Amino acid sequence: MILQMNGICKDYLQGKMTVPVLRDIDFSMEEGEYVAIMGPSGSGKTTLMNIVGCLDQATSGTFFLDGEDIGKCSDNRMSDIRLKKIGFVFQNFQLLPRQSALDNVALPLCYAGIAKKERHERAAEALERVGLGDRMDFKPNQLSGGQKQRVAIARAMVNHPKILLADEPTGALDSKSGEQVMELFESLHREGVSILMITHDAGIASFAERIVEIRDGRLKNREVETE
Amino acid sequence: MLENIRLSFQGIWSHKMRSFLTMLGIIIGIASIISIVSTIKGTNEQIKENLIGAGNNNVKIQLYQGEGTYWMDGGLPNGVYQLSDEQKQEILDLDTVENASFYQERTYADGIAYGSTNLEGGNVLGIDQNYLSTCGYQIYRGRSFIDSDFEEIRKVVLLDDTAAQAMFQEEDPLGKVIEMRNEPFTVVGIVKKSDSFQPVIQSMEDYNTYNQESYATVFLPNVCWPVIYQFDEPENAVVMAKTTEDMSSVGKNAAEIMNRSITNTTDSLSYKAEDLLEKAKSLQDLSQSTNSQLIWIASISLLVGGIGVMNIMLVSVTERTSEIGLKKAIGARKRRILAQFLTEAAVLTSIGGLIGVGAGIVMAQVISRMSKTPVAISVPSIILSVAFSMIIGIVFGLLPSVKAANLNPIDALRRE
Repeated sequence: MILQMNGICKDYLQGKMTVPVLRDIDFSMEEGEYVAIMGPSGSGKTTLMNIVGCLDQATSGTFFLDGEDIGKCSDNRMSDIRLKKIGFVFQNFQLLPRQSALDNVALPLCYAGIAKKERHERAAEALERVGLGDRMDFKPNQLSGGQKQRVAIARAMVNHPKILLADEPTGALDSKSGEQVMELFESLHREGVSILMITHDAGIASFAERIVEIRDGRLKNREVETE
Repeated sequence: MLENIRLSFQGIWSHKMRSFLTMLGIIIGIASIISIVSTIKGTNEQIKENLIGAGNNNVKIQLYQGEGTYWMDGGLPNGVYQLSDEQKQEILDLDTVENASFYQERTYADGIAYGSTNLEGGNVLGIDQNYLSTCGYQIYRGRSFIDSDFEEIRKVVLLDDTAAQAMFQEEDPLGKVIEMRNEPFTVVGIVKKSDSFQPVIQSMEDYNTYNQESYATVFLPNVCWPVIYQFDEPENAVVMAKTTEDMSSVGKNAAEIMNRSITNTTDSLSYKAEDLLEKAKSLQDLSQSTNSQLIWIASISLLVGGIGVMNIMLVSVTERTSEIGLKKAIGARKRRILAQFLTEAAVLTSIGGLIGVGAGIVMAQVISRMSKTPVAISVPSIILSVAFSMIIGIVFGLLPSVKAANLNPIDALRRE
């Protein structure tokens, strides 16, 4: 079990009112699974993603990631978990504009305290893996949207995380580069990487093994076997 | 760390104009401090050199009675004996002594004349063979005293240019005979102080050695002294110290050696050195205290500069919210973000400090040209300034950096 959530609730304070965003969520994922969370905007899927990604902590409930109780983690421990166990892919890529593709990919390795030479080797390897071996020295603004997202995926994968979290990974891409990204996820999945993706696009969600729907902060499992 | 420094340079370079304007406060502050410090140091060195004579380092040791110099009225006082050659040798043997001379001196001497022209108020010095070199005189015309002048007690004199001008006007003094208290003396040479020994300013009232020396002076071999003045008289010493710093100790040591010739304990007679170094120090202190107030004022501009840095760093943190959010999301700890921004602030202000040092040196040179005072660039103050500007960056960068480190990555990522 790579992740296991029991009775997760998340409230936000809005002025003096507490607004519940997530209500009593039970969710788990096996190692190597490819799951899509679907829901309209405002359904709480991003909040769920943040909790899974150790960017935020739940108000109540328990959450184990790779066997570790995240509710009891310090800020620094959360940082280390994000660094070593989680790879993030964002809708808008979030690449550093002034750094080359190679430096962007090498950034997490730098935080992991890996020496420069090895950083570059591993970053180059990760870029080769996503098919951008010939674009290493390009700055983000010299790359197309699809290429940028592939750089972001290389960055997410460079530390060999336990789970890849993707938040609307194709949201800012045209359908053709969206498809390429999906193909890449597919091949990563075949290699045994666990992937959790959130999207509002049913077409994209259908690439996953399992689709979970979220509506008004509650989960509805829809066991759809694709392929 | 190196990575952070590299990134900081990148960041600063990508906002050249903004970075420069941010640094401006620091640049101005450091530049004014450097130029003030250089000017102070220059002035101090000038005071020291002028009072003491550049490269001359002469200490004059005279016989004192109580607090004042002993007034000669014929002969040595009881219990005071002539200084010996052994004593002179002992002074010359001191490590810190370059040269030493014993001499007799009459100020406002009368009875000196060439034909009908009297020399009024001149000085007469009975000198040994070290005197001219110790005091920086050069033979301008004719010759200096030679050994046989002393051995044969020849009645010869040297004139300084003032005396020559006063007595001979257009005439050539060489070979002419002048009268000294009715004794005939032949002029054999004209001497001049070498240029580098000339003082530029006289900054102290009671310091009149140079005034005296600009009076007309007649030099004769010390062996001739009793010929015109009948008596042996107390001798003065002038000692050249190896360095300016040694002058006080040289004066004291030489006076001690000379005091062995005094057995009189009742009239409070003793040889003492005038301590020019002390006097120079008190003048320097005065100029320093005025200028250290200027440094405080200049420091205010550093404070303002620091606040400017803080302001821009806060803007920069806001601008780079999503970058910070991303870095935190992919696993950067708080400390790392803090270090990144602190480094950036420190690099920014250090560059400012370096530019400030450069500008300060230029400013100091300009001040020096305009006010005709020398400047001396002080290396420790340069190192201190750059270190200080780095500290300013760290201190004023702290608030923005803490703000960056504490950004919530969720909010940071959401903002576009």
